[in-house]
Amino acid sequence: MTASALYNIPFIAVAIIESIALFIIISQRSLIKVVMGLGLLASGANLFIVALGYRSGGVAPIYTNLPQQAVVLPVPQALTLTSIVIAVATLALMLSMIIHIYRNTGSTDAEKSRLMKG
Amino acid sequence: MPIAGMINSKLRNTIAIAGLLFTEFLVVVLARDIYLNGLHMYTLGASSPEITTPAKFIFPVRIILEVDSMNIFMALISSTIALIAAIYSMASMKKETGQDKFYFLTLLLVSGMLGMEMTGDIFNMFVFLEIASISGGALVAFRTRYADSPEGGLKYIVVSAIAGLMVLFAIGLLYSQYDLLNIAALANAIQYTTLDKIALALLAMAFLMKLGSVPMHMWLPDAYSVAPTAITVILLANSQASMYALFRTCFSLFGLTMNVNTLGWMLIILGVLSMFIGVTMAVLQRDIKRLIAYNCICESGFMLLGVGVGLAVLDNPTALATYGFQAMTGGIFHMVNHALFEGLLFLAAGVIFHRIGTRNLNEMGGLGHGLKFTAVLFLLGAFASSGLPPLNGFASKILIYESVYHFNPVLAIIAVIVSIITLAIFVKVFFSAFTGQMLPKFKEIKEAPKPMMISMTILSGIIILFGLFPGIVVDWLAHPAVNALINQASYINAIIGGR
Repeated sequence: MTASALYNIPFIAVAIIESIALFIIISQRSLIKVVMGLGLLASGANLFIVALGYRSGGVAPIYTNLPQQAVVLPVPQALTLTSIVIAVATLALMLSMIIHIYRNTGSTDAEKSRLMKG
Repeated sequence: MPIAGMINSKLRNTIAIAGLLFTEFLVVVLARDIYLNGLHMYTLGASSPEITTPAKFIFPVRIILEVDSMNIFMALISSTIALIAAIYSMASMKKETGQDKFYFLTLLLVSGMLGMEMTGDIFNMFVFLEIASISGGALVAFRTRYADSPEGGLKYIVVSAIAGLMVLFAIGLLYSQYDLLNIAALANAIQYTTLDKIALALLAMAFLMKLGSVPMHMWLPDAYSVAPTAITVILLANSQASMYALFRTCFSLFGLTMNVNTLGWMLIILGVLSMFIGVTMAVLQRDIKRLIAYNCICESGFMLLGVGVGLAVLDNPTALATYGFQAMTGGIFHMVNHALFEGLLFLAAGVIFHRIGTRNLNEMGGLGHGLKFTAVLFLLGAFASSGLPPLNGFASKILIYESVYHFNPVLAIIAVIVSIITLAIFVKVFFSAFTGQMLPKFKEIKEAPKPMMISMTILSGIIILFGLFPGIVVDWLAHPAVNALINQASYINAIIGGR
């Protein structure tokens, strides 16, 4: 592989993860698989944000007793931490709603448990 | 909130409403200050609130909260609607279990909404968007004893989560290029590269998904019809906060660096589709709140049409001064009118649900004999929604009709036809629900409880006031807001000090 393709492997991976996640969300009928696809979408976005902060030869951006060399960008790591927490809360809430849907309608299939049409 | 709930339920309700009243008071004081003094900003953690770029840095590094005329306009709508919904929910949630969690989540939803409207930092906007989405989703699915509530809640959460992740991806794209998260600094530094185009597309699509425009409108009727009525009204204001975020992105973040004609036409086409599909789907509905929710989609289309016309002529100064400014004024004035009359319609429908326990129009009939006042207020909301004078819907819709006619006559004709069909659907609803023979099982229906009447009366009073004196709103609220959106340069100058 050429050098630029080697440097871009994280971003190619993000593209593959995001496209698989979108395909899962759109095409799966089971509600739990839709939630899994959403988790994968969140992971892809978080991976993209962390990967864009990498600077070659950099160390972890901990500012106490910093060795005198380049650091990777610290801001994307803060953004990712916030985003992971939000994604955890969202996924937990979605799964609890699926439990209620299962209790009320007896199935977790998107077609069979659907009460509101039109 | 739960601690107060353990002591006494009246104490908890009082704290919730007192908190929202205090918020409303602060917002009104701030609105007067902004009208007199211009943009305000507050840098979190700096030694003085105005230092966005600290001494040894060359770009803004801290999160800023900024309020200008557009932000305070949206905050006025949100806090007023939240206060009215909280007063309403005192009566409508009396028999529900878990009221501690309800008030807690409501306050969280309102704070997320206000935070999204009053920030100047794009990642902060994402965080508040997610806060509002999560608490809104939990509230939509609140009444789990009905079978359809969790389904509406799940649809709301999934769509909001996908929209939020698209916003996060776009923030990552913008950060990777410019190393800035501050909206004003980004607007100053942005060149319209390919990655910026992708970020603009992702942001626009995500905010359109959250506000319920067609093709992404499927969640809106489901979520609005199963939510408790007070929450439906606050979710209305939440969709308008997403619309505000869309306008802030298009006008202040990207502004004239992008191809305004293309994006403006896209907003116009989506607005016209929303109007048409919203109102024609509403003809077929049997569920009263679902019908009003489809009307919501139709009115969102009006707002997108008005502001889209303004965006499409942004680079043409003569056209902007002639009809673009008026179109944007109409669109933004329609935001406050939409919150008011849709809120009134939903609250009146909620009174019906509270009294008879069903939302199905086939099972209703002759309710006007018992619910006299509610019927009159529902009719008022219906007339305001279709744009009949002298109510406020007419004032904003005539601004949109006239200015869009200069832009392209076909769009104005479609808008007028859609308004006529809106009147038709509400005539159908009113006649089938309120008038006619009273069914025997409704003989014992009493009028709505006091708190519901108070909130509906406040809304109808404001509707009539804005309809008779639209100049007040246009001069004090709408024109400064439109000016704040159009003048991207003054926004950037005020925040990062003229670079």
